[in-house]
Amino acid sequence: MSTDTSTTSTGSAADGKSAPGRADRAIPRTGESITERSTLIYRALRWWPIALLILFLVAPYSALPLPGLLDGPLGSPGSLQLIALCLVYGALATGYDLLLGRTGLLSFGHALYFATGLYATDLAMLELQLPFAAAALFGIGCSISLALLLGSVSLRVTGIGFSMVTLAFAQAGSILVQRNPGGVTGGEEGRAAPVEMLPDSLVGIENTANLYWIALGYLVLTLAVVQWTVSSPTGRIWEGIKENERRVEVLGLRPYGFKLVAFVIAGGLAGAGGVVYLLLTGGATPQAATSDATLALLVMVVLGGSGTRWGPLLGGVLYTWAGHRLGDLANSSAIADLPAVLRVPLSQPLFLLGALFVAVVYLLPGGLAKLPARIRAGRSKTDTVGVPGPAHSLEGGTT
Amino acid sequence: MDTVVLLTCTGLGLGALYFLVASGLSLIFGLMDVLNFAHGALLSVGAYATWWAGTEGGMGFWLAVVFGTAVGTVAAVLLELVLIRPLYNRPRDQILATVGVGLAVPALLMGIWGADSRPFPQPAALSGTVGLFGAIVPVNRFVLLAAAALVLVALRLFLSRTRYGLVVRAGVEDRAMVTALGIDVRKAFTLVFAIGGAAAALGGALSGLYFGSVHPGQGTSLLIFAFVVVVMGGMGSVTGAAVASVAVGLVQQFANYYTAAGLGDLSVVVLLAVLLLVRPRGLTGRLA
Repeated sequence: MSTDTSTTSTGSAADGKSAPGRADRAIPRTGESITERSTLIYRALRWWPIALLILFLVAPYSALPLPGLLDGPLGSPGSLQLIALCLVYGALATGYDLLLGRTGLLSFGHALYFATGLYATDLAMLELQLPFAAAALFGIGCSISLALLLGSVSLRVTGIGFSMVTLAFAQAGSILVQRNPGGVTGGEEGRAAPVEMLPDSLVGIENTANLYWIALGYLVLTLAVVQWTVSSPTGRIWEGIKENERRVEVLGLRPYGFKLVAFVIAGGLAGAGGVVYLLLTGGATPQAATSDATLALLVMVVLGGSGTRWGPLLGGVLYTWAGHRLGDLANSSAIADLPAVLRVPLSQPLFLLGALFVAVVYLLPGGLAKLPARIRAGRSKTDTVGVPGPAHSLEGGTT
Repeated sequence: MDTVVLLTCTGLGLGALYFLVASGLSLIFGLMDVLNFAHGALLSVGAYATWWAGTEGGMGFWLAVVFGTAVGTVAAVLLELVLIRPLYNRPRDQILATVGVGLAVPALLMGIWGADSRPFPQPAALSGTVGLFGAIVPVNRFVLLAAAALVLVALRLFLSRTRYGLVVRAGVEDRAMVTALGIDVRKAFTLVFAIGGAAAALGGALSGLYFGSVHPGQGTSLLIFAFVVVVMGGMGSVTGAAVASVAVGLVQQFANYYTAAGLGDLSVVVLLAVLLLVRPRGLTGRLA
């Protein structure tokens, strides 16, 4: 687990997390003016997301080779495509966490709203001949309306009943897409996006950088929306609902409306993710609507750490990257030479991810995002001197 | 007429399969509040163990079914002891752990025996057909029905006549009270997992008979319909699960035949949603 984060730290949010750890280890050694220096470092470190964003923005101009992490150099279309996919899934997981980690709603049907955005945009271009921008708005609108409709219905039941109703609706959507009603959805094969309806700057392998920037923009938008809503008064009530729904009711508030707002916002974000995904992969396939897609989002959120700011993003990026790289690993000669006992499990990415998921649930309750805090807590327990004061405020800043 | 008879028999056979999966699922949920997403994986394990014993293991069909059921039971007990037990005080993590197992096990089966369907060994005595009211019905439908009826009767007897059954029933009703009376409900947890695993693995073994083949995703695709059955039947109720599985199997078969293909599957999941909304406690109205 920990080796994973250290190897990917160049490309993900993890390096911002390891930096505070290094800083507070350096503090006792420097001696004088500890507090001034550490506040300076602390202030500088607070800007790490901006620095990371700038790094990501200029990544297409770089030809830095990252052997092991990526197949080609950083700026090559293949690498950009993979990073963009990672970012989209990171954003989707962040949006899903609005339900799971922020409001405490275990929805098993989130893929439905993602698939709605994906298919509605694609079909609006194919069948209604709408230009891309209008089709994208139409797709997101469809996702929001569907989330409003189905959310208002499924939120009437609570607890595990809610999970099952959302699962049932998503399954209905998945069956509908696969059965190909009227030849519209294309059944098992899906429908490719019409190239002639898309703007020229979004088509072709030489324009991958544009798609990458769109994916990055979508991620920033999702993070901003989640951050803004969670810190709003509504967000505080979500937190209350997550902790103790009955108590929120006793305070004279109706949780239903607040939960519906979270559901619709998450649905809209997922729909927007569907639009970006359509651009990235050039088509809509029924796999996007299956319950496996929702379970993948769940794995991402839990892996990264639900209810934290960066955890779902980290989980989504890691899961997607691992899914792609493990697929390559499975076909590599290093694996093919192993004895069957090792080769068979290692050649199945889903097995590795499932096992990893169980391990995270077990050994890392709170996910990867809680890992630095846990390590620090473990160290302060063994260390007789204890953790210096500012470390606590650092911990508050990172999680 | 003969079409109706054939559809009824097929629907009942499918319902029997659902019951085998749902009965364990229902008891586990009723007693432990764990929605076991790994139950489909247990079914797949049972199906593959039976298939392996019947082909490469060289066992006779019935011996292979017994072997498959035993393997599924052991897998279920292991799942409970190793994964669920340490998470007793973290209910949501229990569900998440079963989700992980539900992903990993079919992938492992796929890794070992490939993603394609494997033809299932059909004993000569069960591969024939019988005439019933002018319809030609495959014999294996009746095997499934008989197995489900047997499991239903055995479960009813176990729950109503034995001391452990009493503990399980009381635990479904009010777990805290049973614990307060000085009975260790946790032992019943393992027992219920073993029963559920055995029923699911038997279902897996017989699903090979019903579909004529086994594939890694077999259990997962049945699991959602089993959820429908569990909710309809009222969670924790075995008899409710039996009634609901027959209803679901019949509705699915008839709707799939008389309307567009796939509409039956669709109608069943929509039925689940509607039912939960109208009666959040299920048809029998016992537990939420």
